[in-house]
Amino acid sequence: MQLSRTAKFSLGAFAIVAMAGIYLPLLLVITNSFNATTSGAFPIQDWTTKWWVAAWHNEGVREALWTSIKVASIATVIALVLGTMISFALARYEFFGKHTVNLLVVLPIALPGIVTGVAFSNTFKHVFEPLGIGLGMLSVIVGHATFCVVMVFNNVQARLGRVNRGLEEAAMDMGANLFTTFSQVTFPAIRSALIAGGLLAFALSFDEIVVTTFTTAPGTETLPIWIFNNMSRPNQAPVVNVIAAVLIVFSMIPVYLSQKLTGDDRD
Amino acid sequence: MAWLGVLYIGSLLLLFATAFWHTDPFTSKVIPGFTLENFQELVVQEAYRNTAVRTIGIALAVTILCAALALPLGLFMAKVAGPKLRAILAIGITLPLWAGYLVKVFSWRITFSQGGPLDWVLAPLGVDGMGYGQPAVVVTLAYLWFPYMAVPVYTAFRQIPDNLFNASADLGAKSWGTIRTVALPLLKPALIAGSIFTFSLSLGDYIAAQFVGGKTQMIGTVIAQNINLNPPLAAAFGLVPILVVVAYLFLARKSGALDAL
Repeated sequence: MQLSRTAKFSLGAFAIVAMAGIYLPLLLVITNSFNATTSGAFPIQDWTTKWWVAAWHNEGVREALWTSIKVASIATVIALVLGTMISFALARYEFFGKHTVNLLVVLPIALPGIVTGVAFSNTFKHVFEPLGIGLGMLSVIVGHATFCVVMVFNNVQARLGRVNRGLEEAAMDMGANLFTTFSQVTFPAIRSALIAGGLLAFALSFDEIVVTTFTTAPGTETLPIWIFNNMSRPNQAPVVNVIAAVLIVFSMIPVYLSQKLTGDDRD
Repeated sequence: MAWLGVLYIGSLLLLFATAFWHTDPFTSKVIPGFTLENFQELVVQEAYRNTAVRTIGIALAVTILCAALALPLGLFMAKVAGPKLRAILAIGITLPLWAGYLVKVFSWRITFSQGGPLDWVLAPLGVDGMGYGQPAVVVTLAYLWFPYMAVPVYTAFRQIPDNLFNASADLGAKSWGTIRTVALPLLKPALIAGSIFTFSLSLGDYIAAQFVGGKTQMIGTVIAQNINLNPPLAAAFGLVPILVVVAYLFLARKSGALDAL
């Protein structure tokens, strides 16, 4: 493209500034976790690792982490089963209202999370609480599963569109029953889509805060809820900072590696 | 199989119905019925009306800021950077998506904190950092949703053939003229697609406002405050973002941008 030298230079400078803007705040969280003062005063005068030790021994963090893992795992399993079923129903069968269902499935991510959260909170309070099922772990899982389904559905549906149906028919012609056909032919074809959708669902659930806030009850604290509750407490802020630093490192390294592995041969 | 769907759709419908119920002021019990009180309160009460307008304003500011940053970055990545640098930048703009929502809010909470990094950087210039408040909310939300705008804009820039730019230059247009009259119209669908995310995600957010907004209240703040005390009012306020998002989608569809998705 015919860009002047100055234009190219200023665009390059802009890109550098933009990238700095994206990564400096994250770097800041990591360095600030070694800041000895609780106020987060800058520049850092005294360096310490005591907050890391405190975070490691923090019972609340451990419990919240365990709750998060449980919720995310169960929600992901539900999402895998339901998401696969819905995408098969929509890809393989014609039925009345199919397009409406197609639209409704993506609604949980199209609408702001707060709407989903308020809707579920409202339902659990007015319909299920009188029946003895109040807000708690179950309602959190239901809330999470609702948007996790969308992730699995999107991935599996995209894959099903490209799977050759002739293979399934061939398997059946050769005498395989429905179950054998699924486990030997269909499942291997959609396996990677299921893994991708499942990972995405797990990651989303693990990070979710808004729907969780509205569907949880005291006693059920996921890791984001724990962070949320402790971020404003001055004496807990350094521990929150350590957890945030850990989350940055743990979430970005695997993604960076996998993108680098798949990205190199693409370009 | 449909139980989740029924539960979800049922909940949305119940939410819609609840918006027309009212709360007994003495017992705080929710009483089914039909009243437009809640909606009336939203319109009449100045604080609520201001909150709704402020939230839409913040969402628009976030969208404009994201677009203003994504355009030059996308242009640089697609048309100036070499393949290697382009690949690194493409990973670079999507990677933060995985870093955790609260972690990113927290990073800006540190940045804007009193005596924090921003104050420190600006101190030699004799300027005070802006601290927590509405501008901080806009910056934080723009940071959170930037990838949703940057990715479609970058992809759209990549799809514009170079010879369109060359032709424009041959016909005498300068860089800026080419960008304005050739590139921008072709980027419109990508900008609208990105703006749907930046706009609707900002509209429903209240956590950024809580942690970097100082006293700033958004629609979500009011919903969160009322969900236990006055569910019908929270429900009525919950319908506001739905209506605004639907209206936004409708406008986007009218402009024809959705066909290109």
